[in-house]
Amino acid sequence: MKRILPFVMSLALAVSLGASAARAGRGITIKGSDTMVIMVQRWAEAYMGSHPGAIVQVTGGGSGTGIAALINGTTDICMASRPMKEDEKRKLRDRYQTMGVETSVAKDGLSVYVREQNPVKELSIPQLRDIYTGSVRNWKQVGGSDAPITLYGRENSSGTYVYFKDNVLLGKDYAASCQTLPGTAAVVNAVAKDPNGIGYGGAAYARGVREVAVRKDAKAPAIAPSPESVKDGSYPITRYLFLYTRVRPAGDVKKFVDWVLSPEGQALTTKVGYFPVR
Amino acid sequence: MASGPRRPVRSARSLAMLRAREVAITWMLRICAFSAIAGLLLIIVFVFREALPVLLDPETQKEAGLRHFFATTMWQPVGDVPKYGLAPLFLGTLKVVISAMAFAVPIGVGAAVFSSEFSPPRLRELLKPAIEVLAGIPSVVLGFFALIVMASWVQAATGATSRLNALNAGAALALGVLPTIFTVSEDALRAVPRSFREASLALGASPWQTAWHVTLPAAGAGVAAGVLLGLARAVGETMIVLMASGNAAMISGSLFDSVRTFSASIAAELAEVVFGSPHYSTLFFLGALLFLVTFVINVGAGLFVERLRRRLSGA
Repeated sequence: MKRILPFVMSLALAVSLGASAARAGRGITIKGSDTMVIMVQRWAEAYMGSHPGAIVQVTGGGSGTGIAALINGTTDICMASRPMKEDEKRKLRDRYQTMGVETSVAKDGLSVYVREQNPVKELSIPQLRDIYTGSVRNWKQVGGSDAPITLYGRENSSGTYVYFKDNVLLGKDYAASCQTLPGTAAVVNAVAKDPNGIGYGGAAYARGVREVAVRKDAKAPAIAPSPESVKDGSYPITRYLFLYTRVRPAGDVKKFVDWVLSPEGQALTTKVGYFPVR
Repeated sequence: MASGPRRPVRSARSLAMLRAREVAITWMLRICAFSAIAGLLLIIVFVFREALPVLLDPETQKEAGLRHFFATTMWQPVGDVPKYGLAPLFLGTLKVVISAMAFAVPIGVGAAVFSSEFSPPRLRELLKPAIEVLAGIPSVVLGFFALIVMASWVQAATGATSRLNALNAGAALALGVLPTIFTVSEDALRAVPRSFREASLALGASPWQTAWHVTLPAAGAGVAAGVLLGLARAVGETMIVLMASGNAAMISGSLFDSVRTFSASIAAELAEVVFGSPHYSTLFFLGALLFLVTFVINVGAGLFVERLRRRLSGA
């Protein structure tokens, strides 16, 4: 044992050094949005399948995490379900003298979920705003039964959180009682279990809950989220999903981004529940 | 002079090599010991350094200074007008820690008294390992259990509107803290000399009277140390509260409302922040705060253990 241990340790050291040397310089790292992570993982798998030797690593964590990683230099590509903010662009410019390059790669509808048994089938954007800022607290104020509304949302590292805040709440704060959950799947799970719950998230994740038809204001028609209504923009809460890079894509990164925007790559978006951008 | 077995003669060179090997090994062990201390010092320096802008940098203080922490009751650090009110987080941490200790202290100390004073030896051999297995359960598993199973029980038993609330998080946290309190208290109770119990029983006291009036007070410092260690764990525990408490930063007195604690805020939000932003510094400030609180509690626990040792060996 005494003789073998030093040998085993040097062997382990050599193997790990060799492995890291082999990995460095050949892979692309992509970090960011939990909304996009499944789709980008499918892209990565298909890309690695058709381009043997290429390595693409995909991690989630939230759009904010991905953008922070882009600014800190720990990722090649960042996937974000919201546009970069001014101070994020400024930090990127301070560090890398570049404003970042944004590429739209898919379209997404943001659904509002309620439990299937909930009688409320339509909500307007002003009503959603009142519900999520806490001014409306009871379902009977929006046409449902007499029960308090339980709010479910995402953590503030999520692009979905920021998009919803900017576009539906128009910058107002979420109600303090809004429970924060780590991913859209968790939001769907919580709403499915709670008869008085309401939640929001990417249109691709609804299972066991009903998606509410949304109208832009009290007079507009209520549109349910569906592939057609998101694609032609009639569903009021649609957004683009982005890939951000520090500089114009070049080399391995360019090959990957070009593949994603090709018909092959765009066809994969619908398989995950999103919509092609071309 | 040659009365024992002959020792093999060593040359001067092999003797020097032996000595050199001894010195080298001693140095390697010294390095191991010091790297542990160095690691601790690095963590302290890093956390406090990243938290300093909140106190010293005027640029950071425009958005997240000490007065912002107390000026508002909203915690919404991401948005057009970021709000860094600490009150909801403080209240949330307090509610969860108090409900956890309210469950864990009576059950833990009670189980320790039973195990050391009343239980037959075979039952004690079952009880102690069982609680140690509970200690070995990873906190993420406890949190998951609380999220999926316990929350439904709590809601069914209390009729609360939120499934994930302070009571749920407190109950799950109690499961995590219980083994520490039990183990330290039980060791303290067993360390009380038998002569104390025998004297009390000989004077006519019943076993319960002995346990409550003689043994438990004698081991008091040790039990207090166990409770303090459990408290330190409860304050710093992250994964259980992150999954079981609902994470809503609200101010309310009710245990049936969702809460957000300091530790869960750090865990949930630190991934998002950009290096050096006021939000980043604020989260490190919270981390430094948690470190100070648990440090003070641990030092207190250490002092109590010292007092116990002195009292039991002196008396």
